[in-house]
Amino acid sequence: MSKKLRAAIIGPGNIGTDLLMKAMRSDWIEPVWMVGIEESEGIRRARDFGMKVSTTGVDGLVPHILEDDIRIAFDATSAYVHAENSRKVNELGVIMIDLTPAAIGPFCVPPVNLQQHAKHLEMNVNMVTCGGQATIPMVAAVSQVQPVAYGEIVATVASKSIGPGTRKNIDEFTRTTSAGIEQVGGAKAGKAIIVVNPAEPPLMMRDTIHCLTESEPDQAAITASVHEMVAKVQKYVPGYKLVNGPIFDGNRVTIFMEVQGLGDFLPKYAGNLDIMTAAGLRTAELFAEEAASGAIQLPTRG
Amino acid sequence: MNLTGKKVTLHDMSLRDGMHAKQHQISLDEMVAIATALDDAGMPLIEVTHGDGLGGTSVNYGFPAHSDEEYFSAVIPKMKNAKISALLLPGIGTVDHLKMAHDHGVSTIRIATHCTEADVSEQHIGMAAKMGLDTVGFLMMAHKVNTEQLLEQAKLMESYGANCIYCTDSAGYMLPDEVTEKIGALRSELNTATELGFHGHHNLGMGIANSLAAIEAGANRIDGSVAGLGAGAGNTPLEVFVAVLHRMGVDDGIDLYKIMDVAEDLVVPMMDQVIRIDRDALTLGYAGVYSSFLLFAQRAAQKYGLQARDILVELGRRGTVGGQEDMIEDLALTMSKGQ
Repeated sequence: MSKKLRAAIIGPGNIGTDLLMKAMRSDWIEPVWMVGIEESEGIRRARDFGMKVSTTGVDGLVPHILEDDIRIAFDATSAYVHAENSRKVNELGVIMIDLTPAAIGPFCVPPVNLQQHAKHLEMNVNMVTCGGQATIPMVAAVSQVQPVAYGEIVATVASKSIGPGTRKNIDEFTRTTSAGIEQVGGAKAGKAIIVVNPAEPPLMMRDTIHCLTESEPDQAAITASVHEMVAKVQKYVPGYKLVNGPIFDGNRVTIFMEVQGLGDFLPKYAGNLDIMTAAGLRTAELFAEEAASGAIQLPTRG
Repeated sequence: MNLTGKKVTLHDMSLRDGMHAKQHQISLDEMVAIATALDDAGMPLIEVTHGDGLGGTSVNYGFPAHSDEEYFSAVIPKMKNAKISALLLPGIGTVDHLKMAHDHGVSTIRIATHCTEADVSEQHIGMAAKMGLDTVGFLMMAHKVNTEQLLEQAKLMESYGANCIYCTDSAGYMLPDEVTEKIGALRSELNTATELGFHGHHNLGMGIANSLAAIEAGANRIDGSVAGLGAGAGNTPLEVFVAVLHRMGVDDGIDLYKIMDVAEDLVVPMMDQVIRIDRDALTLGYAGVYSSFLLFAQRAAQKYGLQARDILVELGRRGTVGGQEDMIEDLALTMSKGQ
């Protein structure tokens, strides 16, 4: 039996397609199904890649989950339909990786807390936001050294890389990211700012992370911790780059990052989208690795 | 130019845009004293917010001396006739801040986006309009797009529920002909009931000329700042503008001597630096860079041994937009490595 876990991707848009292309290269995940709600370009692309497709939503997938031994589902649709999608697949023992802002499960930022979620076999984990994936590891890198009273991030993304869903509810980005800075990053208080920039050619995603430490920052330890964390993220996002810093000014620690995507389906400047799909896939892979090693027991099936 | 008999609503920025020039450190007493004196001078609308709008309190933009809640609570009960407005930039502030402002008695809310990104304002404009607030769509850095693109974005904001649209010259880059063309197009294409506004910066010394052009082309709300206290070389200096309007027979309802005295007796004495077109502010206007970058670039230049002008020009070249203050230290570090 293959060690790979078989997966379905819900949402054949840009994110779903990029995720599919990454998953097809994975040693641990085998994408089998692409789920849409109608015939679409994304569905046709998935079919061309040899996927089974549903054009009737998750209901079209459900009857095949057991026979195709689907163990992982990625939801790349919207917060509005996520809860229902999750309920339907969870019932059949499928682990849900939520790339929408719904956040009904715990936040997952792979290098910080994925191990813990895998250990507890969380059946629904949420990937926070693009800005969260790019910055929370850095907040955590500082808070692992010493207490952070306040963590603030500024994510600047290319106008072309953010879709209508994010635009209609941009507050969701700031709220969810702030919560992630606190709950996963370990800052006592968190704040997130997003700036949309229309420059042509589109700018690479850039992120600034400011931490205010409770006591004087241990510069050497923080610098080492930041570099170590950058290396961890680079394992699944090779274009995650420390541009400047950490710089220290009193109790302020500031880190400047740039995120270049792999350019699978999404353009390279859209590092904000790439880091979401890469983090989602990394999460699924760790579940697969832990299941293969016997560290966790997947829900039993007849 | 004949503006005789026109009516305009002036909107003071000294307590919001002026927060940039004061690094957000205006005291409650100063806020109350200036707002009260402006109210007495007949100023109909006064903006009170962190320089970067509601929720702007941050490492990135600066922590203010007091929260927006504290400023509203101190100022609003003291107003006899003037209304208080607040600014909100989606991506920085949220609808929670909007509700807070409404609860504290703010009556005008201005939702600001970069001139190409109006569609991030739908939830905020929609909610403000639903609350019955005077709801303004504020298109920043309007020099970065052509008239047709600006009109398209203005129509989006109008469709979300804005009853007034601003053409905002955040960089103080525009010349009067551009203002005439843009405001003129908005006037002819937007609903006749939609009001139009112009917000200028004085980086090329065009604040007054541009504001007059805006009125001639159909704008009826004009932003300015008493004594010019604002980002960059400041906003259109209101006491000067009022004198010009009075000579031209425009009805603004302001007592000229009283507003002169607010400028001279209250605002100028509290300035941390003279608000003037120094070479760095001039560079903002010349290169088309967001005005509140000025002090950040000057500080970064000093810290890393660079010229503020060089940093500002590079920020312009890279197409930075309002809110990207974090880019300034990053860029200064990169530039200093290259030296």
